Amino acid sequence: MSQSLASVEPPPTEPPAGASEGSAARKIEGRSPWRLGMERLLRDRASMISLGVIVIIVLVAILAPVIAAVVGHGPNQEFQAIGLSAIGQPKGPNGTFLLGTDDQGRDIMVRIAYGARISLIVGVLATALTVAVGAVVGLIAGYFGGATDTILARFMDWLLAIPFLLFAISLVTVIGAGLTVVIIVIGFFGWASVGRIVRGQVLSIKEREFVEAARALGAGPWRIMFVDILPNVMAPIIVYATLLIPLSIVTEASLSFLGVGIPAPTADWGQMISAAQQVYQYGAWWYLVFPSAALLITTLAFNIFGDGVRDAFDPRGDQLFV
Amino acid sequence: MARFLIRRILQGVLVMWLVTVGVYLIFYIGPGPSSVARTLAGKAATPQVVAEVKHRLLLDRPIYVQYGHFLWQLLHGNLGYSFYHQQSVNSVIASAFPITLSLVIGSAILWIILGVLSGVLSAVRARSLMDRTFTLLALIFYSMPTFVLGLLLLLLLYYELTIHGIHAFPGSGYTSLTANPWGWFRGLILPWITLALVSAATYTRLTRGSMLDVMGEDYIRTARAKGMPERRVIFRHALRAALTPVVTQYGIDVGVLLGGAIITEQVFGMPGLGFTAVQAINQQDLPVVIGVVIVAAAAVVAANIVVDALYAVLDPRVRLH
Repeated sequence: MSQSLASVEPPPTEPPAGASEGSAARKIEGRSPWRLGMERLLRDRASMISLGVIVIIVLVAILAPVIAAVVGHGPNQEFQAIGLSAIGQPKGPNGTFLLGTDDQGRDIMVRIAYGARISLIVGVLATALTVAVGAVVGLIAGYFGGATDTILARFMDWLLAIPFLLFAISLVTVIGAGLTVVIIVIGFFGWASVGRIVRGQVLSIKEREFVEAARALGAGPWRIMFVDILPNVMAPIIVYATLLIPLSIVTEASLSFLGVGIPAPTADWGQMISAAQQVYQYGAWWYLVFPSAALLITTLAFNIFGDGVRDAFDPRGDQLFV
Repeated sequence: MARFLIRRILQGVLVMWLVTVGVYLIFYIGPGPSSVARTLAGKAATPQVVAEVKHRLLLDRPIYVQYGHFLWQLLHGNLGYSFYHQQSVNSVIASAFPITLSLVIGSAILWIILGVLSGVLSAVRARSLMDRTFTLLALIFYSMPTFVLGLLLLLLLYYELTIHGIHAFPGSGYTSLTANPWGWFRGLILPWITLALVSAATYTRLTRGSMLDVMGEDYIRTARAKGMPERRVIFRHALRAALTPVVTQYGIDVGVLLGGAIITEQVFGMPGLGFTAVQAINQQDLPVVIGVVIVAAAAVVAANIVVDALYAVLDPRVRLH
């Protein structure tokens, strides 16, 4: 988190007007907060490295079928003869299976590549759902105030107070496991934190002059909320969203690890790690270590990048999440 | 203070009531009365038994009567009967709770020490090598899913040591404290470390940020100007003020975990509340699932009230609002 310190320093300012004396060609250029933020982000080495890692993970996910075609192993293809040892145990990394095989003789490398798809899809879609619902409810609660606000704020408190994982597991069991269900469950239990942040921001923004001006011009509440106020709360929303992605990925992996996430035989990191529990005692460390590493590298890259985005766009960002 | 507490307790009761409504909607209204009766009676139940269960739990009556009955039983501390375990849900939970309690208390002590200490050291020596190391470690453990850390520890410290003839830690299970204190301690070391490391990361970040804010305050400068030793400035003046957000987080985390450290218990095969709940879900043992959900929610609500009370003690301004 060295970035957070860097951000405390004042943003680079244009040279004082006196410096341009004599060279009339030099113009002081106005820079929007967005551009300042982007410039800060691009200068942050840790963020850029983690962004590179994220790009690689995305490429692996997109190119998963290509990887499968190159090595000639399908994600669910079971190589009983060459992929399992004589006593039916997984085989370690070798020339044919670069990262070894799992307990059913499937290629772990190919399955990790396919697993990246699930993790990224859930990470992005669940976060998008969380943010969309949270932003709309936060806007409504903050803008209308009164009884609407009290009810919505209490509901958000309640959502934040319940034991999330337990409720999520129960709900998934009742509805039935699957990709869509996992995304909806994460979105349903996660939006309250976004809603709280947006609500807090809206409470102060709605008192500003430009909102009053919009109202004087005859704008209705929905127009004011979505056209005038929403763009002003986008910065904290985007910052929070980048930090929500790794959280959604971990939640999905945890649900799958507990057997209520993505159903087998779809390749999924949490599910692979769960299955590895049964065989690592027989020496198959690769089955546990490689999917774990994939998961850890992904969440770490997103967290470092999210930290960088927060520091770049919102130097006092910590305050937002209290 | 008393009025503040009473108000918070009433709000807690309201939240608990909402939880019972939520539980009722998910488990009773969702699947419909007939399927609930079948699930409650267990897989092997005959149609007569199912009908009997349906009648006894008033599932053939209007919804408000059903819910009233459900709530009435809860208010009497009766969480129902588990046909699967052939005993009351209260006793199922009573035997699982000490396990979760042992796990959570031990790791909570570990992680608050680790987190606050590393956070303070990081903030005091901001941008030093030590700060960078701690913040990097915090980021890694913060990103590490609990089950990944737990299983990697098991791989290295249980499996690798055991095949080399060193039986330092058991691979799974739980030994009761009263039966064998040493076995209890030995079996809990790895779960404690797992839960403590993933949780401590949040506290390192929180303490560091909060300390950096507080160290810029005027009264810290005043304390230094008076010639107070730096150690005293940090621990007596700065840390005390910086701890408020940490205490809030601590209360919430401990509360949530007391309702079942689901993943840690699962990884280390400890039959605590979380493990029991997951098992009950897989066995469709509905009364136990509902029981654990309600106990877990109660733990969170209670922890929140305790935190608010502590908050009011630490910061007198809170009481006025």
